[in-house]
Amino acid sequence: MDGDSRIPILRMGRLLLVTIQVDMHDRMAVALQEDLTGQIVRTGATGVLIDISALDLVDSFIGRMLADIAAMARVLDAATVVVGMRPAVAITLVELGLSLEGVQTALNVERGMALLPSVATEPDADEGEDEDDGPVSEADAAPAR
Amino acid sequence: MSGDEVALSSDEDVVRARHVTRRLAVEAGLRLVDQTKLVTAVSELARNTVIHGGGGVLTAGLVHDGPRTGVRVTCQDEGPGIADLDRAFQDGYTTGNGLGLGFGGARRLVHDFDVRTAPGQGTTITVVRWG
Repeated sequence: MDGDSRIPILRMGRLLLVTIQVDMHDRMAVALQEDLTGQIVRTGATGVLIDISALDLVDSFIGRMLADIAAMARVLDAATVVVGMRPAVAITLVELGLSLEGVQTALNVERGMALLPSVATEPDADEGEDEDDGPVSEADAAPAR
Repeated sequence: MSGDEVALSSDEDVVRARHVTRRLAVEAGLRLVDQTKLVTAVSELARNTVIHGGGGVLTAGLVHDGPRTGVRVTCQDEGPGIADLDRAFQDGYTTGNGLGLGFGGARRLVHDFDVRTAPGQGTTITVVRWG
């Protein structure tokens, strides 16, 4: 596996979609966390949908990554739904002691989409990354350190 | 026990450890849930070996006991060892940046769990999950 490969993030309106299709090593999981939070700020996304149906394992590290993403997204005013967890993974996760508190889950992509508030909301027509009143300027308006 | 060996020194090695364990679990005829539990336990232990043990070696192979077949996995390092085993098993206890679920959590996911460790003597953990 390429040590620097990253998980792609797709944008659809105000949603960010992530399908994890490889067995992630820990650095990849951390990179995804950073990429996603960056994208939320850059695009003003209000929802994040993470499809883990291809994962045959969620251990404590990946579980923490999912919980952290949900927490970070919440702080950035975006909701996160994790969809498609396999039954064997769910059973193992609970036995491991991980409850994924604070992470909203759904059985599949369709149900997950329905949980996200702004699926139907088209982004503002003139919204762009270089727009004056877009999320970029919001980030600029953050208190200077 | 004849077996597979995986050197554990990086994130990628932990993924390789998972794959080797999964293949053996399938070979042993473990059900999907049992495979998943074993592979998850090994992922936790292999990560511990990399992070806390300073790297080490994983050996894995099939074991037989009468009609039963299982998979035995050993993670061995020559790191600092574990001074307080009781605490290491407590959920929420961590000396690293994890959730502190790795050790106690892994023990719940397997049938046999054997730890040999002492301060300065490294750590050897052997787990078995039976079919």
